[in-house]
Amino acid sequence: MSDPGRDVDREAGLALLHMMLRIRRMEEKSAELYSAEKIRGFLHLYIGEEACAAGVMRELRPDDAVVATYREHGHALAKGMSMRAIMAEMFGKVTGCSRGRGGSMHLFDAATRFCGGNAIVGGHLPLAVGLGLADAMLRRPRVTVCFFGEGAVAEGEFHEAMNLAALWRLPVLFCCENNLYAMGTALARSESEVDLVRKAEAYRVPAAAVDGMDALAVGAAARRALEHVRAGEGPYFLELRTFRFRPHSMFDPELYRNRAEVDRWRERDPIALLEGRLRAAGHLTDEARARLERDVEAEVADAVAFAEASPLEPEGELDRFVHAEVRA
Amino acid sequence: MPTLTLIQAITDALRTEMRKNPDVVLFGEDVGRNGGVFRATDGLQAEFGEERVFDTPLSESGIIGAAVGMALYGMRPVPEIQFLDFIYPAFDQIVSELAKMRYRSGGQYATPVVIRTPYGGGIKGGHYHSQSTEAYFTHTAGLKVVVPSDPYDAKGLLIQSMRQDDPVLFLEPKALYRKAKGEVPDGDYVVPFGQAKVRRAGTDMTLVAWGAMVGVCLEAARRAEDDGISCEVLDLRTLVPLDEAALLESVKKTGRMIVVHEAQRTSGFGGELAAIVAEKALEHLEAPILRVTGFDTPFPYTLEEVYMPDADRVLRAVLKLHRYES
Repeated sequence: MSDPGRDVDREAGLALLHMMLRIRRMEEKSAELYSAEKIRGFLHLYIGEEACAAGVMRELRPDDAVVATYREHGHALAKGMSMRAIMAEMFGKVTGCSRGRGGSMHLFDAATRFCGGNAIVGGHLPLAVGLGLADAMLRRPRVTVCFFGEGAVAEGEFHEAMNLAALWRLPVLFCCENNLYAMGTALARSESEVDLVRKAEAYRVPAAAVDGMDALAVGAAARRALEHVRAGEGPYFLELRTFRFRPHSMFDPELYRNRAEVDRWRERDPIALLEGRLRAAGHLTDEARARLERDVEAEVADAVAFAEASPLEPEGELDRFVHAEVRA
Repeated sequence: MPTLTLIQAITDALRTEMRKNPDVVLFGEDVGRNGGVFRATDGLQAEFGEERVFDTPLSESGIIGAAVGMALYGMRPVPEIQFLDFIYPAFDQIVSELAKMRYRSGGQYATPVVIRTPYGGGIKGGHYHSQSTEAYFTHTAGLKVVVPSDPYDAKGLLIQSMRQDDPVLFLEPKALYRKAKGEVPDGDYVVPFGQAKVRRAGTDMTLVAWGAMVGVCLEAARRAEDDGISCEVLDLRTLVPLDEAALLESVKKTGRMIVVHEAQRTSGFGGELAAIVAEKALEHLEAPILRVTGFDTPFPYTLEEVYMPDADRVLRAVLKLHRYES
């Protein structure tokens, strides 16, 4: 699908490449740190899907909110959270974006309006409806973007959220990252209707599917979707067709898909794809590419050093923030 | 001072706080145009408009989830779940999202949502219009659980709930909606959380209850007096936060304790109260702690009167406990 001859906006292309590289290298490093037991528990890598978060997020304004899944490191970074805060959270350090309380799956940051990673599949969809409802009631020109996987489409909360958002014409952009497998269950094995766009349309939500490996195409589709939402026309459903190159989590033996399928998708690596187009258009030299790599490497090293050096939340704070703190 | 029923006191509380705080919005199934299945929101859409009092589809999970999102942006949603028995589709939203948001976000986001819902038996509602499952929610860190027993408390506790920076499950004893009448001040007042109330002072034993069981205990206490037994009746008012000091003070004074609740016996909140007293006041006890509760069965239709604790059953427990000698 990549068309090297097509015009590539230099600035947009380089920014997207930079963002996708940041996500990729941060996650490659985190996988290494997981093996070294610096990061514990569960770790779900986004590698292969970077074009989705990078492409959509570039079209957002700082005031727009994002709610995301447990595979959300990339979304957090692309929304503007610092790599330090993300890495420290994965380490469980108090300097992490959620004070190290949640780790990889629970990134929160009020400053960048990142309203959570969420480890309950589909649990955050009604929450996005509420954010949109509040914006509508308070007459604020903001959009809430809700990322979820195709697995969430089987949950009742998907259907309640789509209906409510459409019924009340709320400013919510639903981004379904269809990576074809809900952990180990292929879409066709879990859905009677595999065309997700039709599901959205059943709720009278305008919908489109886009190549989720092509960051520029994702950006263009997100732009069109956001125009609709910002115009007060109600929600929009964007299906991003993508693939995760790594297992579901660090414990997944991948018995549900074969090597050939993964290799086929790897040929469409979103970073290589964009890089090829930028080079073909003359926007990226070897030197610039090397510089980009060095910058990202330095940022990752800095984030890891920051996380390493940070303290854990003190034991005495175990019960902080269960309830509101009593005002002095 | 006007005399109101419990349901009128609830409407009054909503109206009072909505006039004061524009961030308060009400929604749920039939709460807008129809004024609620029990009429709790009667007349409020007419006064506050369709934006602040609105109807939703039958989507409990969507209702609570939307409330969570609105609260993240500083609004004060007061969703109604038509019956406590209907809340379970929203259980995930309550337990995973609503209750834990502040903790998960390291204190960055609060969810000041008040879920109002009628609970309890006594109206021949059968399996799914009768249950009293407060213990599912007291077992969820982050939630506050409030149960008024009379109109005065209903208004004061509900206004106080709408001023919390934490999520509150506000359980309304539906059997008392029109049965309980009492003087309720006009305008603004609150009943603080975590302050149990001694409804009747006594010296021989403590009857602990909340919601509709407070009245049952008071009747049993009046009848026990004929047998020369002096019962103290302690109304907890809020289960979370719990007024542990008041509980221990009363039991230390009387040396005997009966917990009365509608909920089924096993893992009911009564077990928690008994454990607290056993841990912290064992040496003051002169007899075992008794429980008068619902049974470990689904809520029955025909045998509702057998299932629900009444004054006769409480009185039998009072006499038994009074006879006990160590």
